[in-house]
Amino acid sequence: MSVVEDRSLQGAAGAKRPIRLFRNPMAKIASIPMILTAMVVFVGGTLWTVVHSFSGSKLLPRLNWVGFDQYERLWETPRWLISISNLALYGICSLILTLTIGFVLAALLDRKIRGEGVFRTIFLYPFALSFVVTGIAWQWILNPDFGLQNLVREWGWESFVFNPLNDPDTVMFGLLIAGIWQGSGLIMCIMLAGLRGIDEDIWKAARVDGIGTVKTYIRIVIPMMRPVFITSLVLIASGIIKLYDLVVAQTNGGPGISSEVPAKYVIEYMFRAQNLGQGFAASTMMLVSVVIILIPWAYLEFGKGMRIMHFLGMIALVLLTLAGFVAVVVAWSFSLSLLLPLVGFLICAGALTAYLRFVKGHIQHG
Amino acid sequence: MSLELGKSAYSVEIKQLDLAFGAVKVLQGLDLNINEGEFLVLLGSSGCGKSTLLNCIAGLLEITDGQIWIKGQNVTWAEPSERGIGMVFQSYALYPQMTVKGNLSFGLKNAKLPKDEIEKRVARAAEILQIEPLLNRKPGALSGGQRQRVAIGRALVRDVDVFLFDEPLSNLDAKLRVDLRVELKRLHNQLQNTMIYVTHDQVEAMTLADRIAVMKGGAIMQLGTPDEIYNKPRNLYVADFIGSPSMNFLEGHFEDGRFTVDDMVMPMTGYDFAAPQTANRPAVIGIRPEHVVTGELVRNTPLRYKVDVDLVEPMGSDTLVYAKLGRHIFRIRMDGQAVVQAGETIEIGVDPSRASLFDKATEDRL
Amino acid sequence: MADIAMTGPRGPKPKKRFSRTNIFLYGTLIMISMYYLLPLYVMIVTSLKGMPEIRLGNVFGPPLEITYEPWVKAWSEACTGVNCDGLSRGFWNSVNILIPSVVLSIAIASVNGYALSNWKFKGSEVFFTILILGAFIPYQTMIYPIVIMLREIGLMGDLGGLVLVHSVFGMPILTLLFRNYFTSVPEELFKAARVDGAGFWRIYFQIMLPMALPIFVVAVILQVTGIWNDFLFGVIYTKPATYPMTVQLNNIVNSVQGVKEYNVNMAATLLTGLVPLVIYFLSGKLFVRGIAAGAVKG
Ligand SMILES: Nc1ncnc2c1ncn2[C@@H]1O[C@H](COP(=O)(O)OP(=O)(O)OP(=O)(O)O)[C@@H](O)[C@H]1O
Ligand SMILES: [Mg+2]
Repeated sequence: MSVVEDRSLQGAAGAKRPIRLFRNPMAKIASIPMILTAMVVFVGGTLWTVVHSFSGSKLLPRLNWVGFDQYERLWETPRWLISISNLALYGICSLILTLTIGFVLAALLDRKIRGEGVFRTIFLYPFALSFVVTGIAWQWILNPDFGLQNLVREWGWESFVFNPLNDPDTVMFGLLIAGIWQGSGLIMCIMLAGLRGIDEDIWKAARVDGIGTVKTYIRIVIPMMRPVFITSLVLIASGIIKLYDLVVAQTNGGPGISSEVPAKYVIEYMFRAQNLGQGFAASTMMLVSVVIILIPWAYLEFGKGMRIMHFLGMIALVLLTLAGFVAVVVAWSFSLSLLLPLVGFLICAGALTAYLRFVKGHIQHG
Repeated sequence: MSLELGKSAYSVEIKQLDLAFGAVKVLQGLDLNINEGEFLVLLGSSGCGKSTLLNCIAGLLEITDGQIWIKGQNVTWAEPSERGIGMVFQSYALYPQMTVKGNLSFGLKNAKLPKDEIEKRVARAAEILQIEPLLNRKPGALSGGQRQRVAIGRALVRDVDVFLFDEPLSNLDAKLRVDLRVELKRLHNQLQNTMIYVTHDQVEAMTLADRIAVMKGGAIMQLGTPDEIYNKPRNLYVADFIGSPSMNFLEGHFEDGRFTVDDMVMPMTGYDFAAPQTANRPAVIGIRPEHVVTGELVRNTPLRYKVDVDLVEPMGSDTLVYAKLGRHIFRIRMDGQAVVQAGETIEIGVDPSRASLFDKATEDRL
Repeated sequence: MADIAMTGPRGPKPKKRFSRTNIFLYGTLIMISMYYLLPLYVMIVTSLKGMPEIRLGNVFGPPLEITYEPWVKAWSEACTGVNCDGLSRGFWNSVNILIPSVVLSIAIASVNGYALSNWKFKGSEVFFTILILGAFIPYQTMIYPIVIMLREIGLMGDLGGLVLVHSVFGMPILTLLFRNYFTSVPEELFKAARVDGAGFWRIYFQIMLPMALPIFVVAVILQVTGIWNDFLFGVIYTKPATYPMTVQLNNIVNSVQGVKEYNVNMAATLLTGLVPLVIYFLSGKLFVRGIAAGAVKG
């Protein structure tokens, strides 16, 4: 298939400015799947869910306006509160531990080790496995009757207790052990690449200056690896929010509901409890938390050279505009009064445009 | 409209060409007419828009405004392959997975030429460029010079009216560059095609060009034969840009046909003024280091000065002398055999007819 | 990024072979390796033991009597609900999902990446940005609308539907991967082909595709492991008869009915992990390159 356009009308064809939309038509046709995915599935789908979170949908999605009822109910449901606090606990621990372990492993491997490849292969292979496999494997190892606890008891320490999967207070740590086992190799790999990207002369300079190894890592190398840490952070964080398969396979939320997580909450309410509205509200909350996590990252990544106040102002305006847009769509979907949200949206969008122009001018001058 | 059909005397015409990347205007109101069979060199410092102009002619960039005519046809919006141009790039841009033969015939296959015609043309191009033994090799197995020959061959086989070269020799080492330069000149003599050649190497420009267009900031500063560009630069920029070591400039005042700088007075007898009557004004005189006369010949020059030698740089074929003329440092190019030492006082002579005089305010030639 | 990883260590050089630091270094590494290897080891030994031996305790001991019975059972007899034809059903379902998903997602994404780097048009960057941002949106917010969309086109519960879902959710990262790759290809090559009269598809198939083979391999590795390991989409968009292997595994292991046969469970788990593990051990550095490429999001 070739797209060499037929221009038998010599000369004359080159004189006419083609309509923009139809220039290089193949490139546009070929991009249709991407455009559909971005606009229909990602934007459209997300918007759809947000809109329906204001409805009282039960078994089937319906547009019956209930305002913020779903959200109120959500925040009164113990299961959701447990899910949120579980995720926070898991998230913070996983972030700290994965980053630390990943960096330490990378640093160890970076010290001209024999058999570096072997060690790397060992640390990374769990990442090739699914969370279901990971969860089941660790479920077995942590099994109180046959696993670690039993082993230590057989060694003679009869009162030894290590039974996280059946203890509501420590079940999240049981999940954590498995999660870190699965994911830390990836971070190690990224950190290692980051370490290799550092100029070797840094080490020579440090040695000439008589700075110790550990000190060199802390004072010089880690600050230089800031972008790598940020990438890792985003990667871990986006993985945490998706935490679902591991829980289902390892504990299935138990004992009781003590290891529930938001992603699981959403799925259960949507597909088991047949309370779609709750599911939509919960997933919207997940979306909101992702946005909150991503904002600092966006500043670090893209806001370079921008004053923090400008950035915050911009973000605030972007969020207001988005909220205004959602409000317009919601009002329109539920045939509520359109006027107020529309005016709000237009004001926000106008302010945002003006502000963007101002900031852009500022950056160019500075 | 009648123009469209009439045969133009020019091979390439560029009319009021504007090109902007977003808000950045790279080319502005550019006019350029290139004669049939002419070798035109676009010369200018990095980032002045040479490649951009060439890409516009090739149709690889969508222009913002203006027209481009090739062989009397408006091709402003025609596809690159329909413009009758061939292009050679600095990085050769050979298709790495195809053999030399594949590279040469790719364009012909796209144009759906019959097989025997393709064979014939490839054979002819290979003969002209002396790359017959390489036809079945892949580009990876060729030297830089051979690759560039193949790249030229790719334009050659397509039997185009206009060749576009974008710094084709800059990736080659110095010796090869000279060899290929000579070959290019020979090729042009043989083919008599129009060639537009981008470079920032002055020697290439001087040796190859029928005419040179010196560009700065997206505009053409001067268009003329190498001789004109060298001897009668139209403004300070061109004067400074052309020649190595660059011109000596002295700032002073122009009054009643005489140029004064500090307490020196230079009557400009024999100087070819651009405008017959030139009013008094602040001015700059430019004198090429190689036009400063020393030794025996000084007696024949109208203006003679005593200068103190400050520094001597022997360069083999000639010697560059830095001398103090009043409070100015003056560069003088002397014969390589000349024996001068720092601290010495020598006599130099200047011929006003070989100097260049510029208005200090407008920087244009007087 | 990962290419750098291959160039060799850069850290300070340890002095003597048996210096105290060295012993500490290798000691630490070996200890940590144990943690990483432990689950694999336990799974293997458990899957080779008979149930009576397991009930004696000590999951860490090597099997006294090796039996392949659990593997056979896991493959062809283990029950999920009423179906008792083992994991083989899930395996073949996964294969049937995997192949079209990998092909389709990579085909779409490579064309996207090519169009985005060489044929930019008004708005293309906006769509791309939205696509990349979409990678950060929790799946949960898009799951239900997709159920409705699939129902509308009649693919809900069908393997075809799941293939579409995998192509959609694989698109951001793969498009980024290919876009970055094609952007690194010198633009002059593309220009030369345009001058030579080649159009969109000809340049893609004859110039870009042959050059991008390494990145295609990376993409295949990325997708094979990703899709094989998927659980969420498998649960939601298929029906029990077409459940992929991961879902079936979970149902076998975590079913509440019946006596728990740990050896069969472990054999099943290993069977499910086998495909990505084989890919991992075979591809070696390319796998690392793939995930590192995937890691440089945004
Ligand atoms: N795609 C682009 N987007 C934005 N600006 C561009 C783009 N391409 C070129 N420019 C800008 O246009 C100007 C002219 O670029 P061009 O490549 O034509 O310079 P050049 O004269 O060929 O320089 P060189 O001698 O270094 O090749 C430069 O300032 C460059 O930064
Ligand atoms: Mg250039």
